[in-house]
Amino acid sequence: MNERNRSAATLQADGSVLSGKKKEARWKKELRRNKWLYVLVAPGFLYFAVFKLLPMWGIVIAFQDYQPFLGIRGSDWVGFENFTTFFSNPDFFRLLRNTLVLAIYDLVFFFPAPILIALLLNEVRFHWFKRTVQTLVYVPHFVSMVIIASITYVFLTPQGGVLYEMIAWITGRPVDVLSNPDTFRPLIIGQMMWKEMGWGTIIFLAALAGVDTEQYEAAVVDGAGRMRRMWHVTLPAIRATIVILLILRLGNFLDTGFEQIYLMTNSLNRDVADVFDTYVYTVGITQGAFSYSTAVGLFKSLVGIVLVLGSNHIAKRFGHSGIY
Amino acid sequence: MNSKLFNTPGGRVFDVFNVVLLGLLGILTVLPFLYIVGNSFATEAEITGRSFFLIPREFSFSAYAYIFSSSTIFRSIGVSIFVTVAGTFINLFFTMTMAYPLSRSDFWGRSTLMNIVIFSMLFSGGMIPTYLVVRSLGLIDSYWALMLPGAISAFNLIVVKNFFQQMPAGLEEAARIDGCTDLGVLWRIVLPLSKPVIATFALFYAVGHWNNFFSALLYINDSDKWPLQIMLRQIVLLSQGTVGDMANMDPNFVQPPEQSIKMAVIVVGTIPILLVYPFLQKHFAKGVMLGSIKG
Repeated sequence: MNERNRSAATLQADGSVLSGKKKEARWKKELRRNKWLYVLVAPGFLYFAVFKLLPMWGIVIAFQDYQPFLGIRGSDWVGFENFTTFFSNPDFFRLLRNTLVLAIYDLVFFFPAPILIALLLNEVRFHWFKRTVQTLVYVPHFVSMVIIASITYVFLTPQGGVLYEMIAWITGRPVDVLSNPDTFRPLIIGQMMWKEMGWGTIIFLAALAGVDTEQYEAAVVDGAGRMRRMWHVTLPAIRATIVILLILRLGNFLDTGFEQIYLMTNSLNRDVADVFDTYVYTVGITQGAFSYSTAVGLFKSLVGIVLVLGSNHIAKRFGHSGIY
Repeated sequence: MNSKLFNTPGGRVFDVFNVVLLGLLGILTVLPFLYIVGNSFATEAEITGRSFFLIPREFSFSAYAYIFSSSTIFRSIGVSIFVTVAGTFINLFFTMTMAYPLSRSDFWGRSTLMNIVIFSMLFSGGMIPTYLVVRSLGLIDSYWALMLPGAISAFNLIVVKNFFQQMPAGLEEAARIDGCTDLGVLWRIVLPLSKPVIATFALFYAVGHWNNFFSALLYINDSDKWPLQIMLRQIVLLSQGTVGDMANMDPNFVQPPEQSIKMAVIVVGTIPILLVYPFLQKHFAKGVMLGSIKG
């Protein structure tokens, strides 16, 4: 079998150039030796080619006036027209403002929350109590955004929502949080906190598990109280993690969760709710402006890449100088 | 830890405060779920009278009887279950078969493929170009559209690949000397040794499918093929579509209040997650730790 293959290879390569013959032979040899590996990798390769690489090629329609019945080959090229249309559209500044404001809210109110909870959990001395609290606060992470939004709706609806009535009772005037533009951002951040705050503690607790208890004992001997120990021992132990997560968060600064925003948007709060992702969906899928919405999406991902690469660069520099 | 060192009066006040605060946080996190479950069993009089908080005095199953009186909810649960089971198998098949060759250092083309995978994590075609690819493949309104476009998570793929790489090379060599092909090595040696990893990723992929809303929003227009998450939005958030069918009910049956119908639907959508939660909890720490090993 082997003998026959080898002779077939030489016979076939007879007419070609020497280097080509060698290359071809090596290629064939590799294919024969690892043939099952190539069979195994085929479905995954096909997946990446069709659902990852092909859409990247599809981005060219951002520079076209894409008509589905003409296809990419038949559609007219328009250069940067879709981009200039977008940048001169008042929508652009509205989206940019909404996205940035939401991202800043997230950074200021949501980001510190898991750190605080992890610090408090770390101070609990009853192991079973700590486990129980962890078990409870991780639950919403696994529940879908639709369920979270649905529960929010049922609690806050003016048609007998229990939280709606409580707010009305406490403040003395009813507030329809669900459709009030002023309460949209606090609502989104509040939902995020409920869903992901507990889960976010995991990474900090993992970092804290590695702290040597002797450090705490030494601090006690030096007369440090509870707060001083948290400040001088616990916090420095997770500082590197905090910095890395902060930098990564800056890398995803423009990523506001599509599902959450989409689910909580209604006609009354749309003006403050719309962000880049939901705009791409509305304009692209529901209104069929494929080229224009692809241009908007491309703009967002390019800015995203710059932010990710930039923040990675900063993270690396921190990695070199931040640890002493 | 020597607890005597920590028993200062101030420390004890802090402890009490801390335990109360965290206890409240834990309870508040799950309270909305308990409230929804309790109210879904309540009668109209109890809801309007607010005569209970979590556990209604008389249990009424009418909201559940009502939502299951037509095929709407049943059908969408069926779609969700099918997509979750079939989709998870597709995920595991694609992820495992691709991870194994990528874990082999003698596999020519490995670095090119890895670069493609990593690049796909950094940059993607975006929503519209992906939608157009799915559409041109004729997958709109097909369940394939819910399973194929996310068949491999690049992150999970890399984690599995790294796990395969850490296996002792001697095992594979021994199998090969005994006449195993690469396929045999994967099927008889590598996969059986990776059962905990497979279980972890199966669980994570399955939860992802059950909770998936976005794919169905993009690709499924036919309301007969809507999974439960889309149905939930229709019923609870948009208050659209009729859930039950009074024609199938007893003439004496009183239509339950809208609020309890909505809550019953929410409960139905949440229960599967709560059922697997103990297993998730057992595995997720492992998953998070696996993710932290990069190479």
